[in-house]
Amino acid sequence: MLSAHHLRCSRGDRTLFADLSLSLAPGRWLQVGGINGAGKTTLLRTLVGLNPPDDGEVRWNDTPIRAAGEDFRRACLYLGHHAAVKDELTPFENLRQACAIDGIALGEAQAGDALRRIGLRGRGHLPTRVLSAGQKRRVLLARLLVRPATLWVLDEPFAALDTDAVELMGELIGAHLAQGGLAILTSHQPAPLPPGETVSLAA
Amino acid sequence: MMDKQSASPWMRYASPATFYPLAGTLQPWFAGLAALLTLAGLWIGFFVAPTDATQGEGYRIIFVHVPASWMSMVIYCAMAFWAGIGLAFNTRLSSMMASALAPTGAMFALLSLVTGSLWGKPMWGTWWVWDARLTSELILFFLYLGFLALQAAIEDPKRADRAGAVLALVGVVNVPIIYFSVKWWNTLHQGATISMTKSPSMAMTMLWGMLLMALAFWMYSIAVALARVRNIILERERHADWVRQTLENA
Amino acid sequence: MNTILVALRRDLLLAARRRSEVVTALFFFVVVVSLFPLGIGPEPAMLRRIGPGVLWVAALLATLLGLPRLFASDHADGTLEQMALSPRPFALLVAGKIAAHWLLCGLPLVLLAPLLGLQFNLNPGELQVLMLALLLGTPVLSLIGAIGAALTLGVRGGGTLLALLVLPLYVPTLIFGAGAVEAQSAGLGSSAQLSILGALLALAVFFAPWATTAALRISIE
Repeated sequence: MLSAHHLRCSRGDRTLFADLSLSLAPGRWLQVGGINGAGKTTLLRTLVGLNPPDDGEVRWNDTPIRAAGEDFRRACLYLGHHAAVKDELTPFENLRQACAIDGIALGEAQAGDALRRIGLRGRGHLPTRVLSAGQKRRVLLARLLVRPATLWVLDEPFAALDTDAVELMGELIGAHLAQGGLAILTSHQPAPLPPGETVSLAA
Repeated sequence: MMDKQSASPWMRYASPATFYPLAGTLQPWFAGLAALLTLAGLWIGFFVAPTDATQGEGYRIIFVHVPASWMSMVIYCAMAFWAGIGLAFNTRLSSMMASALAPTGAMFALLSLVTGSLWGKPMWGTWWVWDARLTSELILFFLYLGFLALQAAIEDPKRADRAGAVLALVGVVNVPIIYFSVKWWNTLHQGATISMTKSPSMAMTMLWGMLLMALAFWMYSIAVALARVRNIILERERHADWVRQTLENA
Repeated sequence: MNTILVALRRDLLLAARRRSEVVTALFFFVVVVSLFPLGIGPEPAMLRRIGPGVLWVAALLATLLGLPRLFASDHADGTLEQMALSPRPFALLVAGKIAAHWLLCGLPLVLLAPLLGLQFNLNPGELQVLMLALLLGTPVLSLIGAIGAALTLGVRGGGTLLALLVLPLYVPTLIFGAGAVEAQSAGLGSSAQLSILGALLALAVFFAPWATTAALRISIE
C-alpha cells in the first residue's frame, strides 16, 4: 500500500504541487493527469524516491520509503521516459543486465520467453541500436514480465507503442492489478484499463 | 517531522523571511566594527610596530597578508560547515549562507596571494616563490574557484546548493592532506632558506596588529556575508509575498 | 562484493562494445608525454629529472579525459536511475563502475608508463617504483575523479569544470607519486612515499564511493 502525505515539490522557483496526499490500495491503479510541465514526472519520481520532496513524505506499507530502503526498492519498478536500454547490448543482454543490477536471477529460457511474448522474437540477439524506437520500448515491456514487483510506476508507458503493443501493455497491467499489484501511470492517451483513480495536477 | 511550536525561538531565524530583516539590522554594526578595527590594526601595523631589523619597512604588508590567509582558511571551514548543515537538514538558509561566504573567502585567498607576492618581491627578487604556505594558499584559491564555478554552472538552485555542499565537504577534508603534502614537497625541494613562515620573532605589537586586522577582516566578512545573503534571499524567494511587499516598499 | 562485480562486468562489457574510448585515453597519454621534450629540450640529464613529474601529470590528464564518460551515458539513457532504484546498494554499484574505469583508463597507464619512462632515461629501479606508484595512485585518481564526474553530470561545460574541481584534489597524489620516483633516483628509498600513497588509496576507497553516490543522487534528482 502506497501513501503520500502533504507532498510539496518545486522545480526551480516554481512550486509544482503542495500539500498533495494520496493513497493507493493493492489491486488499484492511479492515473496522474495534467498538462505538459505540470509536474507529473516529478510526482512519479518523488513517489519512487528519486526526488526528495521539499515537504511531506511517501510511505510504503506505512513505513517512510527512506526507512524502508531496500524492501521498498525491491517491491517497486519504475519505468521512466528514457528507454533505459543500452544501445550496444542486445535486448537479451539488456534484460539480463537489468536483472543482474536488480539482484534477480534470470534464466535464458525465461528471458527468451519474455522477449517472445512482447513481440521481439528473432530480434533478441541484435544490438538494440538497430531496433526502432517502438521496438526499444518493447524491451522495457519485457522488464515488466521478468522483474517481479508489487508497485509499478510507469511514466508514459503507452508512448511510442503501436496498437498491438498498447493492447499488450494494457493486458500486462490488468493482470498485474488482478494479482494484487499497484500501478501508477501517466498517459496522454486513454489507458485500456478498468477505471482507476486519478490525481490531476494544476499548472 | 519537527513540531514547529516546540522548537527553540532561535529556529524562527532559520527561515529566510525572518532572517532577512535581522541580517539587515545587524549588518551595519558589523560593518562599523570592521571599519574601526581596520583603522586600529592598520595604525598599529604602519605606525606603532617597530621597523624590522632584516626586512625594513616592506615587511608591514604581513599585517594584511597573514590575517587574509587566516580568514581564507576560516571562511572555507565556515562555508563547508553551513553547506553541510544545509545538506543534512535541508535548510535553505544554511545553504544560502555558504554561497554568500564563498566569494569573500575567495577574495581573501587572492588577497593573501597578492600580498604574499608583494612581500616576496623586495626580499627575494621574484614575484612568486613556491613556498609551502603560498602554494597551499594557491590550491585553496582553486578550491574556492571550483565551488563558485560549480554553483554558477548549475541552474537549479536546490541542486547547486547540494552539489556545492558535497564539493565543500570533500574539499574541507582534503585541505589538511593537501597542506601536509605541499609542506613535505616544499621541504624536500627548497630547503629551509626560502620560507615565509619562518618570520623573525614577532614583537608583541606586531602580533597585536595582526590580531586586530584578523578581527577586522572577520567583522568585514560577516558584514559582507549578511549583505550578500540578503540579496540571495531576495532572489531565491522572489515569488513569496513578503518579498514583493519589501520590494514595493523600498 | 557481488554487487561490485555485477557493475564492473557490465561496464567492461559495454566498453568492449565501444572499444574506441579506451584507446583514445592511451594515445593521449603517449602524445602528451612526448610534448614535454619537444617543449623543453631533449637533454638527457634534464629529462631524467623531469621524467617522473611529466609522466604523472600526463597520467592525471589522461584520467581526466575518461571521467566525464563515467556516468554520462548511463545518465542519458536512464540506466543510472535504474541503478539508484535497485534493491542492491547504489554505492556498491557505483564502486563497481569506478573499478571498471580504473581497469580501462588507469591500469593501461600503469603498464605503458615504464615504456615511456625509458624515453626519459629512467633506470630499471626507478621504472619499478614508477609502476608501483602509479599502481597505487591511479585508482585514487579514478576514485576522486568520480566525485567530480558525479557533481558535474549533465552540467554545461562539464569537462572543463570537472578538471577545475578535481585537479586541486589530485595534488597530494601527484606530489607523493612523483616524489616516490625522485626519492628512488636520489637513492633514498621510496617506501615512505609509497606508504602514503597506500594510505591515500585506503582513504579514497572508503570515502569516495560514498561521496560519489551522494553527488549522483543530487544530480539525478
